[in-house]
Amino acid sequence: MLKAKHKTGLVFFPAFDWAISPTHPEREERLLYTQDQVLEEGLFDIDGILEIKPDLVTVKDIQRVHFCVPDVWSVSTESHFISAGGAKTIGSAVLDKTVARGFALVRPPGHHAMRVVHGARGFCNINIEAVMIEYLRRAYGVDRVAIVDTDCHHGDGTQDIYWHDPDTLFISIHQDGRTLYPGSGFPHEQGGPNAMGTTVNIPLPPYTSAEGFLYALEKVVMPILTEFQPELVINSAGQDNHYSDPITHMNFSAQGYAELTRLLQPDIAVLEGGYAIEGALPYVNVGIILAMAGIDFKAVKEPDYDPQRIRQHPQVTRQVAAVCEAVRDLWDRRETNRLRAQNTETVVHRDRHIFYDTDMMHESQKETVRVCAQCAGALRIDSSSSRGKRVLAVHIPRKACAACREMASQWYAAAAKDQFDHIFLQDRTGDLYEERR
Amino acid sequence: MIIGLDVGGTHTDVVLLGDSGLVRQVKVPTDAANLFRTVLAGLESVTTSLSAPELHRIVLSTTLTTNAIAQEKLPPVGMIVSSGPGLDPESHRTNAHYFAVSGSIDHRGREVASVSEGEVRQVAAGLKADGIRTVGIVGKFSIRNPRHELQIQAMLKDQFEKVFMGHQVSGSLNFARRVATTYLNAAVYPIHRSFFDAVQKSLAQKGLGVPLLILKADGGTMNLGASIEFPGQTILSGPAASVMGAVAFAPDDADAMVMDIGGTTTDIAIIRNRIPQLHPIGARLGGYRTLIRSLETRSIGIGGDSVVTVTHGGLQIGPQRQGPAMAFGGPRPTPTDALFIMGEMSGGDQRASARGMAAVAQDLGLSIEDAARRVFDEACRRILAEARELTDRVNNRPVYTVQDLQRGDKLDPALILILGGPAPYFARRLETLSGKRVKLVPRWQVANAIGAALARTTCEVVVFADTHRGMVMAPEENFTGTVDQRFTSRDAVETAFGLLKTKAFQIGAQEDDLEMEVLENLQFNMVRGFRTTGKNLRVKVQVKPGLIRTYEKMTAHPPSTSTAQERTDRVT
Repeated sequence: MLKAKHKTGLVFFPAFDWAISPTHPEREERLLYTQDQVLEEGLFDIDGILEIKPDLVTVKDIQRVHFCVPDVWSVSTESHFISAGGAKTIGSAVLDKTVARGFALVRPPGHHAMRVVHGARGFCNINIEAVMIEYLRRAYGVDRVAIVDTDCHHGDGTQDIYWHDPDTLFISIHQDGRTLYPGSGFPHEQGGPNAMGTTVNIPLPPYTSAEGFLYALEKVVMPILTEFQPELVINSAGQDNHYSDPITHMNFSAQGYAELTRLLQPDIAVLEGGYAIEGALPYVNVGIILAMAGIDFKAVKEPDYDPQRIRQHPQVTRQVAAVCEAVRDLWDRRETNRLRAQNTETVVHRDRHIFYDTDMMHESQKETVRVCAQCAGALRIDSSSSRGKRVLAVHIPRKACAACREMASQWYAAAAKDQFDHIFLQDRTGDLYEERR
Repeated sequence: MIIGLDVGGTHTDVVLLGDSGLVRQVKVPTDAANLFRTVLAGLESVTTSLSAPELHRIVLSTTLTTNAIAQEKLPPVGMIVSSGPGLDPESHRTNAHYFAVSGSIDHRGREVASVSEGEVRQVAAGLKADGIRTVGIVGKFSIRNPRHELQIQAMLKDQFEKVFMGHQVSGSLNFARRVATTYLNAAVYPIHRSFFDAVQKSLAQKGLGVPLLILKADGGTMNLGASIEFPGQTILSGPAASVMGAVAFAPDDADAMVMDIGGTTTDIAIIRNRIPQLHPIGARLGGYRTLIRSLETRSIGIGGDSVVTVTHGGLQIGPQRQGPAMAFGGPRPTPTDALFIMGEMSGGDQRASARGMAAVAQDLGLSIEDAARRVFDEACRRILAEARELTDRVNNRPVYTVQDLQRGDKLDPALILILGGPAPYFARRLETLSGKRVKLVPRWQVANAIGAALARTTCEVVVFADTHRGMVMAPEENFTGTVDQRFTSRDAVETAFGLLKTKAFQIGAQEDDLEMEVLENLQFNMVRGFRTTGKNLRVKVQVKPGLIRTYEKMTAHPPSTSTAQERTDRVT
């Protein structure tokens, strides 16, 4: 009889009755063949693998992370509540020690959803990992968390949410933004002035194979994790680096994903993208589940797997090595960089333009953060969408210092009502969310 | 008339039912070492001076295969499995003669790697040399394409007495369980076959050559012929018999719990709207997880004769039984002895009960009377806790659609139906402790045998269609067809019902009792390159477990349905 080395919980929620649109990659059929494979392999029967029914998240769980415009229900569906709920359920099971590790195999995904949400971008509305993490922080007192995003697309939403948070390490390994949506995620993107260095981007060239991914993991990700010493490691487990994925250009395999999971040893994995629903997902997911449970996965293979055909070109190998070296170098110099960034001004501004590809709209943001050596800093976002909504979003971070709390309260109170459709305050010190009427 | 016979661990219950109800009821001791004699003795006890024309059928629920599996007394069989990539097939090993061969089929039923004839022949030669006569063949995803299993079967030619194939034992996914299920079918086949050949022969000699039906784990019956083809389905029919005995007394618009309180164990199940709830995947027995259709039951090692001990100051009841209660000459104190001390039961040696309970009382630092109450309460509480766990397990079962999750259809039984020998004595306390209504099933001592007698024939059919590949199939039913893009989910259901009807009649169903329903109906648009290329349809239908119509009238107006309160009044 098979027995899991690490007791592993699985939330499997394929949302067989939900799609963005009938022929959209994010449709009912997406996890159908994965379910077939997982059931046929009998994974839920393995001693030490536990299937857990997802709970829904609450509006409050979402408001702990997002500013939804005009409100939560306008930008999300039941399916998002369940998907984020699946992540929350798994996270709770791990922290309750019901299981040692957990994997939320849920859809829709979330890592492109930013702090302010006007609609869907990159198939995402609600950042399911962030909703889970902030819930776990609130309910279990977790502090330092690391997120390793292995989706092929840069996790720009998660990066945005944790841009100023020195207690959350966000590492994204993805296909180079010059060649793929969303076009960001370069090594110089390292976080705001209060959290310089805790955002780490590792853009890999197209056609990187398992060799390159595992190289980046060993040379950059693992040493950084060791230094950061997180209480929880979370893997945003996108599966679109697969050689057969229809919307990306990488050469990763089920074996590669399983090996990556074995080395990374995440406490919690959450499914993100991955759209080779027949040829990749069934095998990648089986590989990841086995690797999390500590069961031999050597014989998990795609029917058309041919290591020769997806062997990494030496040119790619050289590029991967160069990127890794640059990222390591930036990480090592993060303290100097942070001091330099904090030395100049009392507040730092950022003007951004955000495109919502799924909902076809634009957002302009003027972001202001208070430079602070004590906390993540008071945050003010003035956001307008091409649908004509303008909102002011004020965020008081979880461990805000008195000065930042004071500044945020002033911003909130002083906002001119005639200039904004909505004025929101997210006060994480009191776990409050309110709108000024 | 119908005979229902249910072999239990301690007693075998037999009933003879006529048009107007129960004609005879008998209890004979079970001789586990000679079940054949037990069954015959049971049948004889109700058939004396009965002539064959009066008798319509006999339904048997035995522990034959269950015991053989639980006690690991299984003859050697050969297993040939073809798994392809994925988990190491060695981890599904069921027995010594277990061989993994090449060949691979993917999740849509496409061949990835072929079977090697030389390899199979070599395995077959080895099995033959070791004197193996029964063989199981199982392929991964064989229910999506049984070709490899059929090829291997053809390669074996006629070298073996009986060959079982994975795609025929169930229409559900789960390779490991398919391996276990095929193995169990193959392994119990010779035992089951020779037993029932002998039963049939004896009955014929007595002039009782009527149709024999066998009770299955899902609370339905099948004819003898079908049971020889799929003998694995006869496991765990005991708990199913009890549930079927209670079905008639469950409400048709609410949930009810069934508890069969026996000497050694208590079996618990759930009935919704008078339909017993099925396990979503299949029965579990010993170390085997199977795809055998089964009722959702939970068994706890607490019954009237469970041994009571105190270890480290803690009260322990069961799971052992070491004979009857001390009141009836047994060696160790039991909950039944507690009932004697409490004055609830009479007709035995109460002083022996008190003697046995004295040591328990001393260890607990209580008077004998208080100890007896503690013991009895503890037994009731443990049974109720187990029942709650069963409801929780069902209610926390994952669902896979937004609609199902939102609907949140939770079981909430407000009624407990109890049966089994000690049942009447438990009723009032269970009612107080649970806060639910507790009802004693009429003829609680033999309700299980009545359940077996009146159970209808059940079965299930799974249909899978892939219009992209242009095919519809139900390999379990040996059915494949071609379809075009116009094939809809309604067509798939119609196909499934057609197959279900044929199958039901084949295994013994009557036209009157074909209550069919759709268990699962999923349809997916298959999109390749942003274009819809076909539909993927999965339909599962069943004949619902229930009672045959002919005898509905005899249970419709039960003569002696009683609530806990009424019953206690009568007994005390």
